This record gives sequence, C-alpha cells and structure tokens, in this order.
Amino acid sequence: MRKYLNEAGLWLIGLPVFLWTVIPIWHLTVLSFSPKDDVTAGTWLPSQFTVQNFEIIAGQKHYYLNHFWQQFGNSLFIAVAAGLLTLGIATFAAFSISRLKTRGGSMVMNFALATYLIPAAFLAVPMYKVMGQYGLLNSQWSLILAMVTLASPYAIWVLKQASDKLPYELDEAAIMDGATPLQILRLVYLPLMKPSLVAIGTYALLLAWNEYLYAFLLLSKDSDVTLAVALGHFLSADDSPWNLLMATGLVYALPPAAIYYAFRKYMVGGLTAGATKG
Amino acid sequence: MNTAAATGHKRFNSWQMWGALLLVPYVLVFAVFVIYPVVYGLWVARNPDSYVRLFQDPVFPRTVVNTLIFLLVGVNLKFLIALGLSGFFVQQKRWIQALLLLFLLPWAIPSIPTILSFRFMLNPEWGLINNTIFRLFGIDGPGWLTEPTLAFASSVLVHIWKSLPFWTLILITGRLAIPTELYEAASVDGASRWQQFRFITWPALATLYLTSTMLSMVWTLGDFNSVYLLTGGGPGDQTHVLATLGIRYLRIDQLDLAMASIVMAMPLVLPLVIFMVRRLAAGEAKLAH
Repeated sequence: MRKYLNEAGLWLIGLPVFLWTVIPIWHLTVLSFSPKDDVTAGTWLPSQFTVQNFEIIAGQKHYYLNHFWQQFGNSLFIAVAAGLLTLGIATFAAFSISRLKTRGGSMVMNFALATYLIPAAFLAVPMYKVMGQYGLLNSQWSLILAMVTLASPYAIWVLKQASDKLPYELDEAAIMDGATPLQILRLVYLPLMKPSLVAIGTYALLLAWNEYLYAFLLLSKDSDVTLAVALGHFLSADDSPWNLLMATGLVYALPPAAIYYAFRKYMVGGLTAGATKG
Repeated sequence: MNTAAATGHKRFNSWQMWGALLLVPYVLVFAVFVIYPVVYGLWVARNPDSYVRLFQDPVFPRTVVNTLIFLLVGVNLKFLIALGLSGFFVQQKRWIQALLLLFLLPWAIPSIPTILSFRFMLNPEWGLINNTIFRLFGIDGPGWLTEPTLAFASSVLVHIWKSLPFWTLILITGRLAIPTELYEAASVDGASRWQQFRFITWPALATLYLTSTMLSMVWTLGDFNSVYLLTGGGPGDQTHVLATLGIRYLRIDQLDLAMASIVMAMPLVLPLVIFMVRRLAAGEAKLAH
C-alpha cells in the first residue's frame, strides 16, 4: 500500500514537470504544422496537418525567408568555426598548463574563468564598440571570435581537469625516447584526450549556434546574419506569419536537440564534471 | 653528471618556452576581447554626467527594482525548485530517467524559438493559454503580456523554464556524490525523510547550492533574451532589467549611458564575485591539502 502511495506521489511530481517542459515545445511544433488560419485559433492540435510551412521555408518563398539557406549556412559556418577555434586554443592552453606545467598557467586559467563573472549582456556592450574599433563589425569573424572568447575558459578548464588525470608515465616514457613537447602533444596527448575533445568541440559549436544577443549586435546585413537573428526579425511587424516563424524556429532548434541526444552521455557527464568538487 | 644536469636544464627551458608559446593564443584572445573591452567600457563610463542623465531617465528606477526582483525572487525560486526536483530525478526509475532526458531539452535547444513560442502562447487575445481558459471557464484570461506586473512575472517564468534544467542537473550530480550508506544507516535508525534531508542531504549540498545560486545570479544579471524576446521591455518600458536597458542605450548609440547602467549593477555583482572568488580559493586550498 505504502509503495503505491509513493509511486502515486512521484507521478504527482512527474506530470506537472512533464507538462511544464513540453507545452512550449509542443506549441512550437503544432504551429509549425498548422495552416495559416490556425495561427490565431489557439488550439492544442492543428485543424489540418500540413507541411506547407516547410515548403515555403525550403523554397524561400516569403519576405522574411528570402535568405533562409544563406542564413542556415551562416549559422553552420559560425558554429563550426567557433567550435574548431575554441578546440585548438583550449587544447594548446590545457596541454601547456596541465602537462608542461607552464609557470603562471593556473593563474591564466583563473583569469580566464573570471570571464564568467561578467554577465553576458554586460560584456556585450563594450565588446560591440571594440569590434567596431577593430574593424570587425558586420564581419562574421566578430561573432566567431566573441564566441571563442566565451567558450574558451570553460573549455580550458574541462580539458585541464581531464588531462590532469592522464598518467605522467606516458609523458616520461616519450621524453626518454627523445620526444619534443609538440610530438607528445600530437602522438600521446591528442589520441588519449579524444572523448573530452569531442565533448568540448560540441559544447562550443552549440554555444555559437544557439547565440542570439551577440549575433544580434554584431551582424546586421540580411545575408550575413545567423538564423537566430533572422528569427528575431519576425518581431518587427505585428502581422508576422507566426506559423512560418515557428516552423523556422523548429528547423533551427532541431540540430542542437539531435546533437544533444546523440552525445548525451558525453555532454551531461563532461559538462558537469568537477561541479561537485571542492 | 654535469652534462646530464645541463641537458635537463636545457630541456626544462625548452619546455617552458613551448608552454608559454602554446598559451599565447588564448592570452591574446583574453587581452583583446575581455580585458580591453572591459577597461574601455569603464573608461567610457567615467563621466559623472552620464549617471545624472541615467537617473533622470524615467525608466531607470523601475528597471533597478525589476532587476532586484529578477535576482532575489527569480533565482531563489529557481533554486528551491531545482533542489526539490534534483531529489526527484535522482531516483533510478526508468520513467524518471526518461523524463530527465526530456526535462533537459529547454536547456539544450536555442532560446529564441521557445521564448517566441511562449510569447505567442501568452498572447492575451488569441494565445493558447487564454483560449484554453476561455474554453474551459468561459472567462477572459489575464493580460499576460499587456499587464506590466504579469508581463514581468512571465519573463521570470521564461527564464526559469530555460535555466532550471541546468541547475537541477548540477544539484543532481551533487546528490549522487553523497554515499548511499548514509541514507541506509539513517533509515535503519528510523530517521524520517525530513530528518534525512536535514542531516544528510543539506549539509552535503549546502556549499554547492550556495555557490551555484551566486553564479546563477551573476549570469541572470546578464540575461537579455528572457526579457527582450518576450516583452521587449514593454508594455510602456515597465519590464526592463539592467541588461535590456544597457543594450537599448547601445542601440540608440548612447554608449556612455549603456555603460553607466552596467556600472550601476556593480554593487550587485561585486559582492557575488568576491563571494565566488573566496569560495573557489577555499576549494583550491582544500584540494591542495
């Protein structure tokens, strides 16, 4: 009896959690598959299931979607570039701090982590102006570099934690064989770090793909912006085609959702590693 | 003997050189995109006149109050829920683990489509929520986004929706680190659930809980999306927070006011930062021992 009461209690928590999580996503999905007239009906199911919205998107047959594929490509390019750059910079730094024991290395890492004590929107304001001074405004590199700036400290920290766990005997054996630091990095370190590198690369890629504020500030030309900014443009008019907006939003949200489920073991394990330390 | 020491010395030097070289890319990024912008921003905000003008902006007082409510009420509410839910999600039942995977989705996907979905759902005239209220009870639902207080509360809820999963996950990992033997021993001794929480769970989680709350407050201060994308600061500029106000000034090319409104948040940020740094230092000292 007590056992059933307990189970019922769990469902009493589980059900609201389920509804709370799912309703906004469900609403997004329903509108994506709804015809235009349904938009103001406020219904839980489409009156008629249609993929028309996605045809309009794919064919770029709406004023707001004239550059859809270009913008999709922009998002992809920026995410991949930010992911790879972060990976490179953070791997070098973590290898230097953790394996070569560079003097001042852990101080650099602490300063890096201090970046996260500046609230995102607060760094964005001067960063916008400074990008203008560097002549990078309206160039996609400004967004890529901003994302590298935001992703690197965490990436360095996670990679350092992971590489601290590798046995030093490996390095010592390589040194005995006369290996240089770069050879150790390439032949010993990188192969062993592969799982962490995948997790961190994915993390930086998703961070850049999902970013709105910096993209909205740093890019402005319709052919330069990312999908996130393009979605924001829908807000400029009152009579926006909300079903198209939701369908575009769904297309934009699907890749991160898929990556998240594909890599969930890495992501959840890797991203929370060290959270309980100290 | 001497030659061995010499080669060892030489090797050490070349290692330090490579180590420094490999750190250069990040140090450059940090100097160019963190240090310089921050210094430049503070330099722009040095003029006391900017603050006078900021205080004269009729939107400003409401913005400060909103920011405080967002941090003190919003973040603490979020953490109380996260604390409770982490206890729910540590149960190793299959359906609960499946639900956890779903529950993390809002954190994993980009915020703009889901916040816009909220925005449309909450539309007082034709949104899903008010339509459902009308259908069930035959009355008009409240003006979720047209009533300033409700619009602001909705922003707080959207923020919680988006960031609750991440913090719940952090507290789950904290709970999983507690040895189960403690609970087994406690239940043998006849401890109630509340006693188990009070004397085992909370002492083990307290540090993580407080550190996370502080960090989340700093991050929430920089949350632009939840307010901007849901209400745009409206109706009547009543739902701005310092982040959206700063960006608003930036968009109308008033950089000094933008920076001034950010500097105004310093009294909020600094105690949090000092607390965090002390925590981290204490953590490192503990690890060193």
